[in-house]
Amino acid sequence: MTTVPKDAVAGAVPVPVQGSLRVRPTVRHLVVAATIVIAALIPLVAQSFVLFQLTEVMIYGLAILGLNLLTGFNGQFSLGHSAFYGLGAYTAAILIHNYEVSYLWTLPAAGGVCFVVGFLFGLPALRLQNLYLALATFALATAMPQILKFHALEAWTGGVQGLVVDQPDAPDFLPLNTDQWLYYVTLVVVIIMFAAAANLIRSRTGRAMMAIRDNPIAAAAMGINASLYKTLTFGVSALYTGVAGALSALAVAYVAPDSFNIFLSISLLVGLVIGGVGSIPGCLFGGLFVLYVPNIANSLSTGLAGAIYGIILLIVIYVMPAGAAGFTRFALARMQGLRRP
Amino acid sequence: MELLLQQVMAGLANGAIYACMALAVVMIYQAIDHLNFAQGEMAMFSTFIAWQMIAWGLPYWVAFALTVLVSFVAGVLIDRVLFRPVQNAPILSQIVAFIALFSILNSSAGQIWDFTIKNFPTPFGHKPLFGGTLIDTHEAGMIGVTLALLGLLYLFFRGTRLGLAMRAAAANPESARLVGIRVGWMTALGWGMAAAIGAVAGMLIAPVVFLEPNMMIGVLLYGFAGAVLGGLTSPAGAVIGGFLVGIIENLAGTFIPYVGRELKLTLALILIVVVLMFRPSGIFGRRVVSRV
Repeated sequence: MTTVPKDAVAGAVPVPVQGSLRVRPTVRHLVVAATIVIAALIPLVAQSFVLFQLTEVMIYGLAILGLNLLTGFNGQFSLGHSAFYGLGAYTAAILIHNYEVSYLWTLPAAGGVCFVVGFLFGLPALRLQNLYLALATFALATAMPQILKFHALEAWTGGVQGLVVDQPDAPDFLPLNTDQWLYYVTLVVVIIMFAAAANLIRSRTGRAMMAIRDNPIAAAAMGINASLYKTLTFGVSALYTGVAGALSALAVAYVAPDSFNIFLSISLLVGLVIGGVGSIPGCLFGGLFVLYVPNIANSLSTGLAGAIYGIILLIVIYVMPAGAAGFTRFALARMQGLRRP
Repeated sequence: MELLLQQVMAGLANGAIYACMALAVVMIYQAIDHLNFAQGEMAMFSTFIAWQMIAWGLPYWVAFALTVLVSFVAGVLIDRVLFRPVQNAPILSQIVAFIALFSILNSSAGQIWDFTIKNFPTPFGHKPLFGGTLIDTHEAGMIGVTLALLGLLYLFFRGTRLGLAMRAAAANPESARLVGIRVGWMTALGWGMAAAIGAVAGMLIAPVVFLEPNMMIGVLLYGFAGAVLGGLTSPAGAVIGGFLVGIIENLAGTFIPYVGRELKLTLALILIVVVLMFRPSGIFGRRVVSRV
């Protein structure tokens, strides 16, 4: 038994793991910290309109993160996240407009409502495989504006007119205007929720979510309760998108039924695919994209945004299927490859 | 009773359109195992082409025939150019490609013909049929054209070598390839036919819902509901499903106060979810068993 050739034993000695695993997180932490510092300083220099746009970018990024948790990390499809976004926005608007609830309480309320509705929608979704789930959520997105206009609910939703939302003022001891204050509120919420998502993905739960995505049968064989995790993920995903919707109601100061249609879902999908399916920082890039690209497209010609979205979507899935995040990873790997002998 | 009968007839008329859309959806589903989310927008775009030809002074039926032809060619091209490169890509990429097509068609139709509502002519007129109040001539025309289309398709698939080849390519691509059928072109042909059927549906429904870039979103949803109800693997089932859905829509609109009329799309949503949950293969579909 001791006749194993010496070379073989020597060959079996584990090669020390190259820095990649240990070094990168610190670089990543630095990048994250720098981004946060820069983001916190922007309101001191930027104009109100730019601030409003950046607030919207973060809100879209948060909504896209919600979709990403579901699609990127759990492998379930949704073309219906505009419905959860709208539900969150309306929850916040109704609480503020009809019940004069403080705006900060509307965020957890919107998240809670969306979690419950998402969880419930996730129950039938359990029985639907990929394509059928896409169909059911497509139907949800298409039906949502009609539900919001439904006249039995008009006392709450304001019907076709929508609702006007009072914007919060900054507390008296802070020398900030409303736009700056909303920017900071959004920034804090976004940081908390992105950190929570990153932790969730690294946890046991996150690994279970990804195992279900990669191989549902193997995951079930390892004792993962697929039904529970899938419905929970649906709920959490809806929660994220719902909080984003509530923030958007505050930022825009208005909710109207027709703004939560299938095209919003398409925007979120575009952001997801552009940013990178399964990448958390990619969501913010997706948010930047879906806010600024339609603006640029519309400045060329009104109504062109959809066509440009479509063409870019096609280019991305043909040329860089992993989105911007994948492209960055690829570029970094290339650069490191060049540096090494 | 009079009201009930009237609503059933009106439901059949709308159902004819849903049946066409369901049929187009099923054609593509059979060919590539995917739901074409852009089916409605393709039909809408075809209808705009027809409208443009009529506006240029072509007679209705000439415009009709040309539009069907153009749509057929466009359908074949969409398959060869857009979907062939992603046929082995992950399912998300394919769904994204459909959504991209949806977005491009919707937006460019708005760009070319703007978003104002347009009238679309009907060759059948809107006179009451046989002097009764049950159904008007356009509605009867919609039902007639749909049934004629179905008959033609039935003859094509049962009676011609090409139809047989298409069925073989859909049922078992590998074996079909081994006996010399060009499976890729059969798929493209399926796309072309689906686009042409969609064009007919669009031109028939346009006089009822008016022509504008978003006109087909609701119609497509009902088409999906019809296809799912009848069974995605059964063309005849999809047609029956389409008619059923039309009748359900109209009866709910009349007999369920408020809800039916204002929440028509929600009704389609509920129908789709309930059918998919309790009988995913639909009424007439085969159950598909997959090996793991």
